[in-house]
Amino acid sequence: MSVTLHTGENCHLTNSNVISGPAIRRAGRQTVVFERPPVIVGRMSVVGDKEGKGPLGKYFRKVEKDVKLGEKTFEKAEMRMLETAIEGAILDSGLSMRDVQMLISGDLLNQLTSSSYVARSLNMPHLGLYSACSTMTESLALASCMINAGYFDTIACATVSHFATAERQYRFPLEYGCQRPPYAQWTVTGAGCSVLSDRGEGVRITAATFGKVIDFGTTDLNNMGAAMAPAALNTLTVMLEETDTKPEDYDLILTGDLGKLGSDILRDLMTEQGYFLGSNYIDCGNMIYAVDQNCYQGGSGAGCSASIVNSFVIDKMLAGQYHKVAYLATGALMSPQSCYQGESIPCISHAVIMEV
Amino acid sequence: MNNIIAERNKRYNKYVDSVSPKSGTAKSLWNSFWVGGLTCMIGQAIFDLYGLAFPNLTEQMLGNITSMTIVTIAILFTGLGFYDVIGRKGGAGSFLPITGFANAMSSASMEFKTEGLIFGTSTKLFTVVGPVVVNGIVWSTVAGLIRLLFGGF
Repeated sequence: MSVTLHTGENCHLTNSNVISGPAIRRAGRQTVVFERPPVIVGRMSVVGDKEGKGPLGKYFRKVEKDVKLGEKTFEKAEMRMLETAIEGAILDSGLSMRDVQMLISGDLLNQLTSSSYVARSLNMPHLGLYSACSTMTESLALASCMINAGYFDTIACATVSHFATAERQYRFPLEYGCQRPPYAQWTVTGAGCSVLSDRGEGVRITAATFGKVIDFGTTDLNNMGAAMAPAALNTLTVMLEETDTKPEDYDLILTGDLGKLGSDILRDLMTEQGYFLGSNYIDCGNMIYAVDQNCYQGGSGAGCSASIVNSFVIDKMLAGQYHKVAYLATGALMSPQSCYQGESIPCISHAVIMEV
Repeated sequence: MNNIIAERNKRYNKYVDSVSPKSGTAKSLWNSFWVGGLTCMIGQAIFDLYGLAFPNLTEQMLGNITSMTIVTIAILFTGLGFYDVIGRKGGAGSFLPITGFANAMSSASMEFKTEGLIFGTSTKLFTVVGPVVVNGIVWSTVAGLIRLLFGGF
């Protein structure tokens, strides 16, 4: 079915509002190009058992067989996963805890408890971020700005999500026997951490596009892919225009967790904008589970793209398979309350361009 | 301007509806039919067995202990972690019978045990079944009133 969707405000993705000023650092209103691109010097990914059995299982650094990780509660398990990811990434970078000047982390829980409780024991300055499932790219983009500006040398960026804690907060008790619609997604149990530094060898973050909050009026709490696709569309088209690139210029365009349905919608929307997303476009949510794992449209959650980027994607980049990757995580910024009150779902997507 | 956005959103959601997969009605109906039917058949079998074992009991008493048995089994299945699998398959067939109610309460009590007996289990025990209880009482009251006003007694 063909549709013409984009006539409203928010959809005119022109280059008319390019800001002059300290010109070298800005490629446009939303895009920052880094003069001294920070390097990902250390990384770590931790996932749960189900994710470990998925198609990307062998790439993850650590697969936790026990969903509670031997802890008393799922929340504690989530914290432990985040801590493992951060400590693992710092170890991987060859630095010590004291060398890391800042931790930027986020999760899906109310009041960002997982992040804050983990930061409590790590003894380093901490910025907590909430941007739902787009937290990983938001933290990478912010950290890159801070490092490029010279305020910090080394920053750890991490996110985590856990199926059981997200279910309890957003949906029903775990053992409650209810049906989900076939377009639902499955929250990923996983954590990822990248340590960014102003020196070193490896994958560099060369540009970042900060997204706008986009809402196309989707109200179905279960249809996250459809709600988030327009946000990915907006950020992707802005990024392409402001960096003056085409989808073919990237070895990989990676969205966070649109799932199968959401990524199909994004392809449609992009086609309508005159861009063709070929086989170099993939979605983390679509990849993380096998079809026979009964996860509907695929994975979602802050840990979904974070664990995949910090394992599979960077592995492949370092192996020389991909040279230039655009990574756009997408987040749905609703709460169960706002949805029950009849509000639609506002979404956001931030992008970073990684090169090696 | 607001009109343009409303128009765009309407078009987008229409498009989303057209591409989102739907749950197959025939398949859902069939699954809920056999899961619900099987639950009731098992209930009837238990009822008959109790009847054979305790011939002195009244029918009402047999009904009561059958319900208790079925509820206990459902709670056991919830605790062992496979009622949700049945529920995912059976849909209405698994949540309409009394077993569904038992599953909803026991799953909530398990889920919120971590917040303690008072603020966890006690407070959250009715989170899922609350609407069922409230609507059951409200609508049976309405039905009673209608009967009182129009039924003549």
